[in-house]
Amino acid sequence: MSIDTTSTRAIVSPSRTSARGAQAPRTAARPRRIRLGKNPVANVSGVIFALLWLIPVYWMVNSAFQSESELMSWPPHLLPQEFTWDNFASAITQANFWGALQASLIAAALTVLFASSGALLAAFALSRFRFRGRTTMIITILIVQMIPAEALFISQYRMLDGWNLLNSVVGLSILYIGTIVPFIAWMMRGFVDGVPIELEEAAMVDGCSRVGAFCRVTLPLLAPGIVSTSVFGFLFAWNEYTLALIVLSKDSSVTLPIWLQSFQQGLKATDWGGVMAGATLISIPVIIIFMIVQNKISSGMVAGAVKG
Amino acid sequence: MTRPTRASQRRPLSRQARQRRSRLAPWMLLAPATVMVLVALGYPLLRQAIMSFQHFGLAQQFGQPAEWAGLSNYVTILSDPYFWSVFIKSVLFCLWTAGVTMIIGVGFAVLMLRMSAVVRTIFNTTLIVVWAMPALASLTVWQWLVDPRSGLLNWVLTSVGLEGFKNFNWLGENFWTFYLIASAVIIWASIPLVAITIYAALAQVPTEVLEASELDGATNFQQIRRIMLPMIGPVISLIGVLQVIWDLRVFTQIYVLQQAGGIASETNLLGTYVYETGIAKGDYGVASALAMVILGLTLVLTGRYIRMLYRQGGMA
Repeated sequence: MSIDTTSTRAIVSPSRTSARGAQAPRTAARPRRIRLGKNPVANVSGVIFALLWLIPVYWMVNSAFQSESELMSWPPHLLPQEFTWDNFASAITQANFWGALQASLIAAALTVLFASSGALLAAFALSRFRFRGRTTMIITILIVQMIPAEALFISQYRMLDGWNLLNSVVGLSILYIGTIVPFIAWMMRGFVDGVPIELEEAAMVDGCSRVGAFCRVTLPLLAPGIVSTSVFGFLFAWNEYTLALIVLSKDSSVTLPIWLQSFQQGLKATDWGGVMAGATLISIPVIIIFMIVQNKISSGMVAGAVKG
Repeated sequence: MTRPTRASQRRPLSRQARQRRSRLAPWMLLAPATVMVLVALGYPLLRQAIMSFQHFGLAQQFGQPAEWAGLSNYVTILSDPYFWSVFIKSVLFCLWTAGVTMIIGVGFAVLMLRMSAVVRTIFNTTLIVVWAMPALASLTVWQWLVDPRSGLLNWVLTSVGLEGFKNFNWLGENFWTFYLIASAVIIWASIPLVAITIYAALAQVPTEVLEASELDGATNFQQIRRIMLPMIGPVISLIGVLQVIWDLRVFTQIYVLQQAGGIASETNLLGTYVYETGIAKGDYGVASALAMVILGLTLVLTGRYIRMLYRQGGMA
């Protein structure tokens, strides 16, 4: 049996690099060298557009650190003159902030857990089995994604009402899971396709069952894919507004986007500093997570799009 | 040592059972995801289709059985001039917003090819930050940017001499300026996905092809125009179609900006109109019919693409 394990390992380790190699050209950060001339005009306009696109983000952070009187001053201050944390304090001491944080985390966790595991199984089926109805399944996945969520919320609201799940984070999560699972499955399929089937076959020759081969060989290689699709599910639940607005009423536990909006509207004159601090608080974690995995997400999307 | 022997012993015994199992296996693997979709989308879709042919109002919400309405909900909608104004505004808003998004997005992607590595990293990072911003967070910032009294936008416009913009109320003045801001928010937020995915696709174009074209004397512009863009055509059309779908049903941005602006009846698009009819007024029958109309419109606008997918899928 010692020959067995070493042979598997011998197959796994070079092909682990080859699996990575297969993905390399897809990732945005490390494109194959393309012999297009570099262009100073492109560089200058790149910087200008980057700054232009950053203005709202910059203004959010800038305003979050300014005092009330500074925010209302004319001309506006491009930098906070007296740096203050008061807005953040006022945001997190708002009624419902912690409840909303909790609701958002629960919705995100349920979505990630269920949608990712369902999608992983589905992706494995679509990538590794050739069966009648497979094409239909793939097309169905693509079509389901095209159903506008806004065209369904009336009956989704009615359905949850009938199940006594209105105003419940669990009810909301059910909608999130069903909405995001086709997309995640589609992305995940690209990742499973990226792991050569020969690896699994080798493990099966060596005596693993199909399930065993998948768990021991493919699953570890899929880790980056699983992480990215999970993050995608997390971001979806964290950022989603429409369904949360419909399912959760303001006096129940709402998610952070709904909280942010009611915070803004609950005041007679908007406390822009506080709202900007709240917006910053909601954005920063997702921006950080997103920056870590976005390469995988965009390459997953491209892979799915190209393969159809 | 024992495992392979056991497996080889078992195989001839249960070949039929194995075959049956492997025929069932993919379906069992697909089952959980399918159930999730059916519960969250399939069942509501079915109910909605039924409800769109019923009188389903507040009374039914309190338990009265719904009466069949035949096509009357659809007739109500289609004979309502307000619906048509919302419909036309939605389609135009969608085409304008998705069109501008695609043009700028593809432009950015091509630009990214020509940037030096450092500038590209800065550019890419910026786009990712914008992409990751939760819609609600960015909407609050945009409201603050266009705030009539202390907003940055009016300050910039007045300080370059356009005095007319002092205290200008972008969201409340009329529906043109409202839509202008709404589409600016949407375009700003959608560009990153378009630019980054199309750039990722462009970067996949095999270098051999480009080298060959270079030997034939193609200029950079010709390479982009004649080789790279056509090669990634499927990606561009996929993103374009998704953009149309997203912008057709746009709800969040319009709804939130309406809450701030206060001219809801003039600025409704299909998404907010369904919400108003169904959730706010409780007329679920008519709202369902409206939603079915949106669904139909989406399918019409994206039908060509779905057919394309079908052909591709047939080859898969």
